[in-house]
Amino acid sequence: MEQITLSNQIVQYVFTGITVGSIYALVALGFNIIYNATEVINLAQGEFVMLGGLIMVFFITTLNLPLVVGFILTVLVVTAIGALFERLAIYPLEGASVLTLIIITIAASIFIQGLAMGIWGKDPYDLPAFSGRTPISFLGAMIQPQYLWILGITIVVVILLNLFFGRTMVGKAMAACADNPEAASLVGINVRMMVLFSFALSAAIGSIAGIVITPVSLMEFDRGPMLAIKGFAAAVLGGLGSFGGAVFAGFLLGVIESLFAGLVHSGFKDAAGLIVLLIVLFIRPSGLFGSTEVTKIKKF
Amino acid sequence: MKQDHKILIFFFIALAAFPIIAHYIEGIQHYIDIMIFVGIFSLITIGLSLLMGYAGQVSLGHAAFFGIGAYTSAVLTGKYGFNPWIGFLVGIILTAAIAYVVGIPSLKLKGHYLAMATLAFGIIIFIVFNEWDTMTAGPSGFSDIPGISIGGYNLDSDIKYYGFVWTIVVLCLLFSINVIHSRIGRALRSIHGSEDAANAMGVNTSKYKLQIFVISAVYASIAGSLYAHYMNFISPSSFSLFFSIKLLIMVILGGGMANIWGAVLGTWTLMLLGAEWLHFLEEFEFLVYGAVLLLMTIFLPRGLIGLVEFLVSGRNKGAY
Repeated sequence: MEQITLSNQIVQYVFTGITVGSIYALVALGFNIIYNATEVINLAQGEFVMLGGLIMVFFITTLNLPLVVGFILTVLVVTAIGALFERLAIYPLEGASVLTLIIITIAASIFIQGLAMGIWGKDPYDLPAFSGRTPISFLGAMIQPQYLWILGITIVVVILLNLFFGRTMVGKAMAACADNPEAASLVGINVRMMVLFSFALSAAIGSIAGIVITPVSLMEFDRGPMLAIKGFAAAVLGGLGSFGGAVFAGFLLGVIESLFAGLVHSGFKDAAGLIVLLIVLFIRPSGLFGSTEVTKIKKF
Repeated sequence: MKQDHKILIFFFIALAAFPIIAHYIEGIQHYIDIMIFVGIFSLITIGLSLLMGYAGQVSLGHAAFFGIGAYTSAVLTGKYGFNPWIGFLVGIILTAAIAYVVGIPSLKLKGHYLAMATLAFGIIIFIVFNEWDTMTAGPSGFSDIPGISIGGYNLDSDIKYYGFVWTIVVLCLLFSINVIHSRIGRALRSIHGSEDAANAMGVNTSKYKLQIFVISAVYASIAGSLYAHYMNFISPSSFSLFFSIKLLIMVILGGGMANIWGAVLGTWTLMLLGAEWLHFLEEFEFLVYGAVLLLMTIFLPRGLIGLVEFLVSGRNKGAY
């Protein structure tokens, strides 16, 4: 009897972990898109997630708009914010040192948090779950329907991203900039425009993560930095720049944290994820799937 | 005598004169209290200035070293009844050891990776302060930390503590200035210029980076012990990621990236702004600090010191 309870619990933890891990994966994808285009690590990446959640609250709870309309409007607004961010903070600093870029994205991160606090205050906000909150029983675990939405939407985002980078002209141009910006500009690609697109796209993906996670874990103004560093951990663990790696590592990190919280110590859950990040950085900064050669060429 | 030493002497005279002036002018006595915090935080930003400005290495985790110093002092004196000086000493040794162990693998990383590693380290220590409640008393904070006395002379007033804190700051400044003008200082500047070139010239860059990292951590630890004994109460929220970022803002605002005096100037400016417009800042703290950092980075990368130099000499010296 004891044995079954434990295995049920583990199934429960794994599902919770995959749900949280989906969010890490989406944030990690955001990191990768910007990193591939610019070699900038955008430390404000978590703010897009926070804004996604809170702007969705504005459309759904304050304005009472239907779910789908709110979803689309939120993504559009945050995408615009991402583009604005690039124009105001990154564009003026072309050619700046890595240290300056780190500082400017931190500055933007605090500034956006300050704006959000001014608008929404310090309290966490809830959103209605997409299809109710009646748990579904599965392998002895109780699963929130929202978990399935989160997983499903993450998979859709990954597929769409693959299509975008593989099949569309803009996507291919962005991939070309990632490979070699000088060569890309020689064949007539507007590299600055692609950088702008990468921030907009990355913001859009972040906002989707915020929209889907808010019904599960609520959202408040200062949630961004922790999401950003966990997403970064997933991006590094999966090999910076690798999309498939980011998704796998996001899930893995979420499951590790969830198991640790459930079986070892819940208070140190966040520390567990960060220790994984430190171990990866110290032992294998190229990640599980990245090539060491590429890491050496990049600016790290 | 180096120029920095001359500045230090004027600085020392000004510091000594301030309480006397404050004694005779109505309404500025409370600045003694603010100046104590300026002194404590300056210790950390001076260390960060050495690390970031001179060695070109970023740290987003110095709040952790500050906290380790503070909690070591708090626990040893408040819980186990040790002499405060033992607390200072153990804090310094513990912080140096942790900085050394964390520094070896961290400083092999560059740019964003180093920033993220120190950020992660800072958050982990912050979580430990919160969760190890049998030792740290958890989120509610550690109270009843005793004051300090020097050979039976109790530092029981603000003015005495002011003297104590700033004496330590001036000693650290003197030490730092000597480091900058020594072989280590020249090696550090070469790292900031180009680490590969420095390495090729036979400079043991990793050794010097590690030394400065440990020194800056020790400064933060001393600041932590000073903070704990002055406040008599500490809680984890004082050692959060946001505090690490606030330290970064102080360094950049003053121009500590290029000049050690900029770190002190930046700390002073930000603390004074915070103290004067406290009620305003409480609501919009993030917004104001974010805006300051954004604008400084884009328009005034050499900080207030850079502005002063520009106004004095009429040109912007050197590259950022």
